[in-house]
Amino acid sequence: MYQIIHKRSLNPTVTLMDIHAPLVARKAKAGQFIILRVDEEGERIPLTVAGYDREAGTVRIIFQIVGATTEKLNRKNQGEFISDFVGPLGRPTDLEGKKKVCIVGGGVGCAIALPVAQALHEMGAEVTSVIGFRSKDLLILEEEFRAVSKTLTVMTDDGSYGRKGNVCVPLNEMFSAGETFDEIITIGPLIMMKFVVEAARPTGIPCTVSMNPIMIDGTGMCGGCRLTLVQEGKRITKFACVDGPDFNGYEVDFDEAMSRSRMYFPFERKKHEDTCNLFKGDN
Amino acid sequence: MANMNPKKNPMPSQAAEVRAHNFLEVALGYTEEAAIDEANRCLNCKHMPCVTGCPVNIHIPAFISKIKEGDFEGAYRIISQSSSLPAVCGRVCPQETQCEAKCVRGIKGEPVGIGRLERFVADWHNTYASGEVNRPAPNGHKVAVVGSGPSGLTCAGDLAKKGYSVTVFEALHTAGGVLVYGIPEFRLPKEIVKKEVDTLKALGVEMQTNVVIGKTLTIDELFEDGFEAVYVASGAGLPNFMNIPGEACKGVYSANEYLTRSNLMKAYLTSPDTPIMKGGRVAVVGGGNVAMDAARTALRLGADEVYIVYRRSMQELPARREEVEHAEEEGVKFLLLTNPTEIIGYQNPDDPRDPKNGFVSGMKCIRMELGEPDEKGRRRPVAIPNSEFILDVDTVIIAVGTSPNPLIKDTTEGLNVNSRGGIIVEDTTGKTSRDKVYAGGDAVTGAATVISAMGAGKVAAKAIHEAICGE
Repeated sequence: MYQIIHKRSLNPTVTLMDIHAPLVARKAKAGQFIILRVDEEGERIPLTVAGYDREAGTVRIIFQIVGATTEKLNRKNQGEFISDFVGPLGRPTDLEGKKKVCIVGGGVGCAIALPVAQALHEMGAEVTSVIGFRSKDLLILEEEFRAVSKTLTVMTDDGSYGRKGNVCVPLNEMFSAGETFDEIITIGPLIMMKFVVEAARPTGIPCTVSMNPIMIDGTGMCGGCRLTLVQEGKRITKFACVDGPDFNGYEVDFDEAMSRSRMYFPFERKKHEDTCNLFKGDN
Repeated sequence: MANMNPKKNPMPSQAAEVRAHNFLEVALGYTEEAAIDEANRCLNCKHMPCVTGCPVNIHIPAFISKIKEGDFEGAYRIISQSSSLPAVCGRVCPQETQCEAKCVRGIKGEPVGIGRLERFVADWHNTYASGEVNRPAPNGHKVAVVGSGPSGLTCAGDLAKKGYSVTVFEALHTAGGVLVYGIPEFRLPKEIVKKEVDTLKALGVEMQTNVVIGKTLTIDELFEDGFEAVYVASGAGLPNFMNIPGEACKGVYSANEYLTRSNLMKAYLTSPDTPIMKGGRVAVVGGGNVAMDAARTALRLGADEVYIVYRRSMQELPARREEVEHAEEEGVKFLLLTNPTEIIGYQNPDDPRDPKNGFVSGMKCIRMELGEPDEKGRRRPVAIPNSEFILDVDTVIIAVGTSPNPLIKDTTEGLNVNSRGGIIVEDTTGKTSRDKVYAGGDAVTGAATVISAMGAGKVAAKAIHEAICGE
């Protein structure tokens, strides 16, 4: 059992938790993920590490309430326990030798882009951050990003905060102005990452994306997280859990990844409704 | 007086048409009367050929003699000297190619039903015996076991019985490895695996779930933590795919994923948290035991039609005969001498947002014929030109084997592996190229049987004991 040491709501649909898991905290690095189960018979879900405190032995997760499992997790209070928490899984983000990096985060993906930005900042790299949200109520971690970024641009789809538009707007402006980076690292919804990759492609700047497909074990055993990379015209199958979750964005078949991510949509929607109805009885 | 009936006492089973729709165990087990009657078929041969056929050398005639006397607990004690998982082996061992293949009674009739008797004894013990275990006096030495599958559990059990303090590290949330994620409930109820694991815990074995060796901790860190030897039994976890177009379609599973969803994650229950595709028309590609398990699981999940698609003929089918017969009785159809060439995904030309887009709509296959034997003597399947056809299915399960997981190899310096990723060991000891590191089971051999993995665990336990205590 793993205790929830700290819980905080970042916005109505996004929650932060620090989980006591000393073995995971000891090793975790930016870009890696964990798998958790809320309770017995619960589903295993992967969440990318949003931070860690090696001394306190805690790992930070930030999740959006999108389905039954995240709904159940969000109903757990500080001091309560979850059944399982395993990691750190996957490969850490490769930051070595990077001096000037552009971080592009979208929605709850900003939660996992932040530790990457922080690690780069600590290494002395210059960080340019662009973070995007649907609207002002969904904004998270602005101050944290500001603290580690040379420049920070906040975008909202509806213009309710920061600039109006998606993250590609300021990116394209920077590219037009001749701005360049050692690398662009983008973490967010698949559709956003796809467009960031397309915006970056003409510049040739290396562009890393963080994939978060459906998984079960997270150790390479099930192959459910497979995705396709296109390398020199050849299609190559990779497992996000052991080969990633970071990949060269220019090689990822995003359309296929988006299709696969929707495999269980009807099940997930129904399960979420059932779970919410279950909790209604408690209130 | 020996029972000279040439036939085994039949195994009571659920009727095929009933069991094809539930996840309850297929075989129901002998009654006490049937067990004693079957035991009386054993001639108690002096040269004990059956024992040489058993990878863990259970004293078979001795335990059968106890059954004849009605001393079932005595029989259990004899088996448990050699095997840590009797209830498991009695169910999933291929006895027909091991102990029973050597039985003298098999020359002029059917061999003694050794597997069925082993199962009876283990189940009797689990039902009637007090679960108390004599915990051996600690000998002060610490050993780590990586993986809680049959090989790891066997090694852990043997060492614990000698007084070692043993910790088993398991990556998943439940101990048992392939016994819980791979083999379905209807062949091996998970309650039985749990009982066997609990017996080991009672012996003092510590189970640490949710620890991925190679990620959470490395082998080197285990030594820093004071373990004096490490046994690596991490299994053959990585699923192979066929590398044909369309394998990324929704509705294509590796057998590992399909079985893990159903078995470990209990997706077969009425209202599971973990989803799985149920019903429809299902093709399982491959002919091994895992393919049979997947096909029979698909039937029980409500499939309308289930096909085994295998590129050779029935004769070469590598699955146990019993599993093939069970599958056929339950209604699985066998498409033999057939090889998939492409999985076809649905695409609505008029609606890119059609929710059916990207799901499997069929599988293109080609007919095969058997050509010249290959280096292993198996006749090589050759495609018959222009014989392609499309099999109308909406779920495809790929069961064409697995490879060892590279997580440990990649994080353990000096651990040598072969070209297929299997850890290289000395056969008689399980020693690897790294001092104090031993390995066995599928992590060494690639996918094989539960009992051979157990045999390797036994060999390593003995070698570890000799290395640490010099005995």
